[in-house]
Amino acid sequence: MSDAPGFDSSVFRDPALAGKLIERIRGLAAKLAADKPVKLMEVCGTHTMAIAKAGLRSVMPANLILSSGPGCPVCVTANPDIDHAIELAKQPGVILTTFGDMIKVPGSWTSLAQTKSEGADVRVVYSPLDALALAALHPAKLVIFVSVGFETTTPIIAASIKRAAEAGLENFCVLPANKTVPEALRALAGDPEVGIDALILPGHVSTIIGTAPYEFLAREFNVAGAVTGFEPVDVLFGIEELLRNLLEMAEGGKARIQVAYERAVKPQGNPVAVAMMNEVFEPCDVAWRGLGVIPGTGLKLRKEFAPFDATVRLPVTPPESRETPGCQCGQVLRGIIAPPACRLFGRACVPEHPIGPCMVSSEGSCAAFYRYRDVDSA
Amino acid sequence: MTATFETVQLAHGSGGSLMRALIEDVIASEFSDVQLEDAATISFSEASGAASDLRLSFSTDTFVVHPLFFPGGDIGHLAVCGTVNDVACAGAVPRYLSAGFVLEEGLPIADLRRILHSMCAVAREAGVAIVTGDTKVVGRGQGDGIFINTSGVGEIRSGVELSASSLKPGDKILLSGSLGDHGICIVSVREGLEFGTDITTDAAPLAGLVNEVLDAAPHTRCFRDPTRGGLASALNEIADASQVALFVEETAVPVHDQVRGACEMLGYDVFQVANEGKMIAFVPADEADAALAAMRANTYGAEAAIIGEVAEGTAGRVALRTAFGATRIMDTLVGEQLPRIC
Repeated sequence: MSDAPGFDSSVFRDPALAGKLIERIRGLAAKLAADKPVKLMEVCGTHTMAIAKAGLRSVMPANLILSSGPGCPVCVTANPDIDHAIELAKQPGVILTTFGDMIKVPGSWTSLAQTKSEGADVRVVYSPLDALALAALHPAKLVIFVSVGFETTTPIIAASIKRAAEAGLENFCVLPANKTVPEALRALAGDPEVGIDALILPGHVSTIIGTAPYEFLAREFNVAGAVTGFEPVDVLFGIEELLRNLLEMAEGGKARIQVAYERAVKPQGNPVAVAMMNEVFEPCDVAWRGLGVIPGTGLKLRKEFAPFDATVRLPVTPPESRETPGCQCGQVLRGIIAPPACRLFGRACVPEHPIGPCMVSSEGSCAAFYRYRDVDSA
Repeated sequence: MTATFETVQLAHGSGGSLMRALIEDVIASEFSDVQLEDAATISFSEASGAASDLRLSFSTDTFVVHPLFFPGGDIGHLAVCGTVNDVACAGAVPRYLSAGFVLEEGLPIADLRRILHSMCAVAREAGVAIVTGDTKVVGRGQGDGIFINTSGVGEIRSGVELSASSLKPGDKILLSGSLGDHGICIVSVREGLEFGTDITTDAAPLAGLVNEVLDAAPHTRCFRDPTRGGLASALNEIADASQVALFVEETAVPVHDQVRGACEMLGYDVFQVANEGKMIAFVPADEADAALAAMRANTYGAEAAIIGEVAEGTAGRVALRTAFGATRIMDTLVGEQLPRIC
């Protein structure tokens, strides 16, 4: 999802440049209060992984905390939605298609991977357009796409649905579980328990929605934000910009929403993609794992696209869902605890047998912490 | 941990820790004589009391790669290289291979011929003879074109005692070239994921390279080819077997820019991506430069590098010093990255 192969992005991974930025970050942090750490939260799973993989947390100054938020679309998918997908997969004549990450995530009782190995036709696709192609190839089957993701993914799903409608492809539908980011940030910014000073804003999502939807964070909550890219140098640059803003604020200045990823993000976003999304979907209330129901952050299909809604096409009754006992993914997703503070982390819950989704998704913060843990903590 | 699964899942075939658990908990627990190395070392004098000091390296591997043809190679080429390399890992000169084919009804004979031709060509290059085989045909939909099993034997060089459990602190870790080319090459031609790239498979027969390293560095501790599960899984297994800590310098590990870019795009960790033409060697420090020179002198080792060393520290732990000065764990692949890569 970052720069295409062939694009020379090596400068954004340059260790020497990164070293200079780390020095500058340390210099800026030294001017902030030493006894009251500032908390920066990233809300994009790709950031979570990038930070862990480069080991950036361990080279940050002591008074700067990098916390992970609800940035992994698979992780924030609530158990009832996963259970629903599993129930659909079990129906005769169904090919259930999903992004690879979703397949391993445990629902209330089982996972799609387990259901697949028991005979369900579950297939991993890399794009909803692949699911569309499968539907064309198997006219006698109902091809259902498990539609998760944030604004980055939703436009292409909307485009697939439109294309299916135009082509009269009646054996294709989606299980809608997409979510939108900005209002979820409101829930976090307004939560004193979370206590965010600044947000590392998601680069991919922002290419679509631009920066305007985040302005309320600065205006209403005095939380600084920087739309940030995904290479180590990008992340460090975003952090530096946020620290500069925090220093301004300490001297009476205002929180700002900035773009620290100008090579990809325009302030106005991508209006064509947003229009595509709005043509097919409309907002609804939706439950996030850990954050509960956040009004207006879900997306349901508009009435004219109802035939492509799996809940309409094939009503099923999943078994009663439950919260996995002992799992603290909810608190991890709100940034209230870091993954190692969960009592299951690295013991009962490891990537081989994950208890919660944050340990299994490739963008999950527990997976990032576990896979790339500091040697001191291992 | 396998006990938590009631059925085999695709992730059990990934080369990562789930696969290791399946092999150890389910398979090896039934076959009590199995040696959990790339190749088994067998000695007929031990078995029969005969007065022969012949020691054989014996290995088998099955190839289910999809698609059958990919940039720089095909399933036949891979099937020979894979077993040749496993046999060579024990410090042996591979001599004879078997080839078993499961053919699916409908496979074009022209495709079969093309696969067989590349098997012959690379067998010739590697100096091995394919001397026995087997062919089965299954109905359409019950296979995927062709699956190939190859087994191989080779004679272990006299005086050579390689073992994954023989590493000592101070030993150097050598890698014969860039990481990730095979895995990313396959991904780049997978349906639904195609992207334009010049990356070709690195699949290559490495018996020559192994033997040249042994000539230059006779006290080499062991070799390992980092196939499925990549460098990370191979290093973790060996660190565990030798009960030592391993330390790798990220900036010393050769990775082609296109592979790095593709890994970023796909969210893969290049240390966990499969290779089919790379060898890791663990060499005492005083022989490391000679081993490196031998690797670099070989066609398939031009980009070889010393990537790290065996260290004092927590037994079984593989640490990576990142390009940004942090030190973190290099963890083994768990489940499925991409099925059917070899």
